[in-house]
Amino acid sequence: MKFAVITFPGTSCDVDMYHAIVDGLGEKAEYVRHDETDLDRFDAVVLPGGFAFGNYLRPGAIAKLCPVIDAVVKAAEAGKPVLGVSNGFQILLEAGLLPGAMLQNEALKFICDTVSIEVKNANTAFTNQYDEGEMIRLPIAHEDGNYYCDEKTLEELKENNQIVFTYHGGNPNGSVENIAGIINKKGNVLGMMPHPDRAVEELLGNTDGLKLFQSIVKQWRESNAVKA
Amino acid sequence: MYKVKVYVTLRKSVLDPHGNAVKKQMQMNGIDGIKDVRIGKYIELTFNKDTENLENKIKEVCENLLVNPVTEDYRYEIEECAAQ
Repeated sequence: MKFAVITFPGTSCDVDMYHAIVDGLGEKAEYVRHDETDLDRFDAVVLPGGFAFGNYLRPGAIAKLCPVIDAVVKAAEAGKPVLGVSNGFQILLEAGLLPGAMLQNEALKFICDTVSIEVKNANTAFTNQYDEGEMIRLPIAHEDGNYYCDEKTLEELKENNQIVFTYHGGNPNGSVENIAGIINKKGNVLGMMPHPDRAVEELLGNTDGLKLFQSIVKQWRESNAVKA
Repeated sequence: MYKVKVYVTLRKSVLDPHGNAVKKQMQMNGIDGIKDVRIGKYIELTFNKDTENLENKIKEVCENLLVNPVTEDYRYEIEECAAQ
């Protein structure tokens, strides 16, 4: 399985993500620049963390207008898995691939920590290797992770089981309903503030993120086996 | 030339932690009557005199880039100004 790791000027977690996919997961990955227009050769697309365009104006605001985003939208429409982590999540929101928006953390501070996360929906292309309600620990590192959406959107997210990850035992950033990650209605676009890419190796003390990547591969193998 | 003044404000339903911190400090300093503080952004755009469909272009840049309609509202003013 081949992953595209999308990079913008200011992306800083692209190497973590590449390493997680190639060395942690054992699949293929390639860096793709913000000005590329074709993602057809990839099976999955990942938008890693960082500060695309310095997060000027709003995180993701400038990034969403880059040519590669049209290709990401096309991949999402084709049903390919699209994962946005941290700044990648912010870009997916700005691009309209996921509903809602990110505000600055309620305490107005950058948070770098490892937090408890509950897997609220284990029946997705990104979480099928976890158990429903499983508690995991994942690193977070962000200043704008305060997820916001209006009441109507929140009702829809709940109704369709689109809230995939929530913070447990304390809300670090002020997110509505402790939301840490959401998926689109179709189930192939996931955005999350925590970093599974920084939790794939025993040596670094945490492997709780590995199952997220393994879930993507499992789902992909199964759907391709059906096609074949 | 046209100078376009764009005012971007947080929607009423959105909490403004910056504004709240400033408000609390004002209240601690004994500023009477202060009820609320909301902090927004002010953006100046300069367009060429011969720009066609100016208002459409302003709305386009606001809605596609300068403003996130989920959390923000905006308004703008257009002023004619001399080329510098």
